[in-house]
Amino acid sequence: MATKGQTPSQTVGPYFAYGLTPEQYGYRLKSIAHPTVGGLEAGGGPRILVEGRVLDGNGDPIDDAMIEIWQADAQGRYPGTDKAANSAFTGFARCGTGTDKDKRFIFETVKPGAADEGQAPHINVIVFARGLLSHAYTRLYFADEAEANAADPVLARVPETRRGTLIAARHETDRGVVYRFDIHLQGAAETVFFDV
Amino acid sequence: MSDSLSPRDWASHPAYRDPGYKSTGLRGPTQPLVTLPAGIGELSGPRFGKDFVFGDDADLTRNGRVNGEPQGERIIVTGRVMDENGRAVPDTLVEVWQANAAGRYVHSRDQHDAPLDPNFLGAGRCATDADGVYRFLTVKPGAYPWPNHFNAWRPNHIHLSLFGPGFGTRLVTQMYFPGDPLLDLDPIFKATPEPVRTRLVADFDIEVTQEAYALGYRFDIVLRGSAATPMEG
Ligand SMILES: [Fe+3]
Repeated sequence: MATKGQTPSQTVGPYFAYGLTPEQYGYRLKSIAHPTVGGLEAGGGPRILVEGRVLDGNGDPIDDAMIEIWQADAQGRYPGTDKAANSAFTGFARCGTGTDKDKRFIFETVKPGAADEGQAPHINVIVFARGLLSHAYTRLYFADEAEANAADPVLARVPETRRGTLIAARHETDRGVVYRFDIHLQGAAETVFFDV
Repeated sequence: MSDSLSPRDWASHPAYRDPGYKSTGLRGPTQPLVTLPAGIGELSGPRFGKDFVFGDDADLTRNGRVNGEPQGERIIVTGRVMDENGRAVPDTLVEVWQANAAGRYVHSRDQHDAPLDPNFLGAGRCATDADGVYRFLTVKPGAYPWPNHFNAWRPNHIHLSLFGPGFGTRLVTQMYFPGDPLLDLDPIFKATPEPVRTRLVADFDIEVTQEAYALGYRFDIVLRGSAATPMEG
């Protein structure tokens, strides 16, 4: 039985940038995390870009959102767990949507391997924004992992008609492999958010 | 990393959409959340602790100095980060950001006609110790206007961001000050369920207050805990 009540969540507000993503936005404070996942070299496997926009109920991209990602390395090992005890790969990155002209978040990372529990490879995502009183959890799955996705127990919990909102499309570009993942906060294509 | 996680207690958090806070209208998700039992990706998380507190990061009265002291009333903010069972959350990062004493953020988008302070950045960070205690120095932030409705002013507040042991324990919140008349008028504060709003208000504490230097405030923070009932002796 819990004895202490959880501290309520509050919106990150419009002015998070110089506190949470200072280097990305050009403020004079050292960042603890960047749009490139920490220890990328140690992550193994193919490098990828993950990019997308955060869209409001009108379909307009939001330029004061912040996205965080947390993922396993290419071998499916989450940093800090026993399996990955000595890896320099941090599995974490952070990006605000206010510095790209198209209001995108753009992450550089490695494609994660499948971790435990028979789950398909995926990236855990948190959305923060002005107007979002509690942060929102979602997941990015990979379009080129159709077989693993079909067997994934978390995707199985999602109504079939909405599963597509969690699947990032793969594009070969002159910048390398890019997975595109737009996050719709509302609307017909509203992204599935989880009660983690 | 623990092996379970108690649920996010929605009676303790604001709903995604709140009629008083206009920006939620087009931004708060409308579909029911899909339940996701915590697995390794939610129980594990990035390891941000004291190694990520650099230089004067924990003293906002120093880390933005150019040619003198920042303006405003110096304050000390301290408290304990714990889980729902009262157990300390050790060595976890607390990131903070706030307006200056005049109610102005160092942000290109903040067009409030109040002075910037050349000696105050308004962002920093500290980490909890082995007992879950964090502490930072700053100046009391000013209230500032915002466009939500006519004559809307945000109460004095400090933004805080915490990690805790896993991605699932992540929390971004705001700390308010006791006795602020703007609290009862603030849609963001009031979007929080009424019975738990007081958890967002710090206590003035004369014990934390430092003689002839700074007023002290205490603000404890409770993150989600392990779902298992602890065996207490
Ligand atoms: Fe603020």
